[in-house]
Amino acid sequence: MKKLAFVLLIGLLAMAGSAQAKLEIRITQGVESALPIAIVPFGFQGKTQAAPENISAIVEADLARSGQFKPLAATVFAQRPTHGQEIDFARWRKQGIDHVVVGRVTETADGRYTVQFQLFNVLQGRQLTGYSIPARQQDLRRAAHQISDYVYETLIGERGAFNTRVAYVTTQDSGGKREFLLQVADADGFNPRVIRRSSRPLMSPAWSPDGRRIAYVSFEGNRSAIYVQDVATGEREKVSDRPGINGAPAWSPDGRQLALALSETGDPEIHVLDLASRRLTRLTFDRGIDTEPSWTPDGQHIVFTSDRSGGPQLYQVSVRGGRATRLSFDGSYNAAPEVSPAGDKVVMVRGQGNQFRIAVQDLKTRYSRILTRGRLDESPSFAPNGRMIIYATREGNRGVLAAVSEDGNVHQLLVLEEGEVREPAWSPFYQ
Amino acid sequence: MKTYGLVVLLLATLLLAGCPNPNAVREGEGADGAAAADGRGAESEGMGLGDDGMLSASPLDDPASPLSKRTIYFEFDSSQVAEEYLDMIAAHGKYLADNPQRRMRVEGHADERGSREYNVGLGERRAKAVERLLRFQGVGSDQVEVVSFGEELPVAFGHDEASWRLNRRVELVYE
Repeated sequence: MKKLAFVLLIGLLAMAGSAQAKLEIRITQGVESALPIAIVPFGFQGKTQAAPENISAIVEADLARSGQFKPLAATVFAQRPTHGQEIDFARWRKQGIDHVVVGRVTETADGRYTVQFQLFNVLQGRQLTGYSIPARQQDLRRAAHQISDYVYETLIGERGAFNTRVAYVTTQDSGGKREFLLQVADADGFNPRVIRRSSRPLMSPAWSPDGRRIAYVSFEGNRSAIYVQDVATGEREKVSDRPGINGAPAWSPDGRQLALALSETGDPEIHVLDLASRRLTRLTFDRGIDTEPSWTPDGQHIVFTSDRSGGPQLYQVSVRGGRATRLSFDGSYNAAPEVSPAGDKVVMVRGQGNQFRIAVQDLKTRYSRILTRGRLDESPSFAPNGRMIIYATREGNRGVLAAVSEDGNVHQLLVLEEGEVREPAWSPFYQ
Repeated sequence: MKTYGLVVLLLATLLLAGCPNPNAVREGEGADGAAAADGRGAESEGMGLGDDGMLSASPLDDPASPLSKRTIYFEFDSSQVAEEYLDMIAAHGKYLADNPQRRMRVEGHADERGSREYNVGLGERRAKAVERLLRFQGVGSDQVEVVSFGEELPVAFGHDEASWRLNRRVELVYE
């Protein structure tokens, strides 16, 4: 079965004000069984001529990007209702549309809005869900992503991950100098903000489970150190600067501990740092490179990369210590594991010859498969609902981000207008 | 005899500077011995005119000295120091041992393939392999600091072996 259902190009160039937000998302492959849906342009009542954000367009782009939906082009809509009671279900049925979203934006005060939406099943002529979301002007995009989450959850049966963010590292060269930028953007690539800037490398961003802080590695002063930075305030704290490598921070599910790779004892070993007491516990004791820890969601185990057997492979160790057991057996190079939010799978970078691709392994059956087709794919990170995996890849000569569904059926590319992008980390759900 | 050694050394320098291809360097096998001999000579050369800073010629700046070479290249996923670098590293170790006030950062690097934090580990392993060889010469423990940048600071920006082999390296950086 040919899976290439549609190719969509969403040019996000009309970004009011913030010129740096030039990111383009291309869905290079969707699923054939995608649900047909119509997102009718939202009505608007307010002092300006139109709402500051095109809510329906944002919802439409979100749903299309998931690969699970096939939004109908607005040009062929049977009608343009903005309220449920205006819907002529018979006309939509004739167009083969199963679901319709209608809504309206009302300016309630200066810079304050209410966004209302309703989702209808066309065949039954029945409302499935509907909410009224108050939002300040700067929160309107988030309100739209929330609507996408409601629609997704209602129709797909699992939580949507549209109202989330992505952290990543970019490099820019100017005047012979290279600059490293740690950035945070909405999951659709909009609204990127630099949260750290350095002339020395920045690496390995990791979100705290509450989504408020990011741990990362910085080489300022030509030594590696791990910092924890508050995303909202920008305040940061150095949590590890031991001699040698301070690398690969990973938050425990309760947010109280960081797993790290430290090489103070001679070569990189997995440690757990208790953030409140600053107490360190060493978990690995061998002469190879042990790095890239990832916690299982129950907080009981850590999956990591080790080359104790020769090449890098995945291992698992209990947080109480003890013997590590090997998890990966397919391929000679498996590294950078991340355990899925449900704890049933692990994604990794798999190298075969000169090709490095993202692979996923079922932790129960041990069955693994390659999901991507790049040559230098790396840094896989699960969406908080486990449905998509964002990773770094190359397009032409540039580092770009891409995402693939965990079943390998949906592929999308996120292309920044300039500079190199790498090391994406998908945020947890907003709390 | 000395002149002959210098010529061979210059030849080796050209080969080393032009191309990190191990094969190219191996062809000048005989030059390594000459380089070591000259390296020993280097310690008595060019001590400058003192601390007024008006004129100083450090052997570090002498292109004919093995001390002018400060990059060691590696095979993929390997931290084994190739034989052709042993004399160069020894010369630096000797220089540091003889100049205890000098400090060096031994910087490990990897090519872009594979995962980034694993490559930090690999870069450190390479840097430590070189550090061990420096210490054989009696370098003080506070004179050398190892740091690994993994694949984060490439010197060649292509995405093929021509660039990768230049990026799999250890750099000796005098502070």
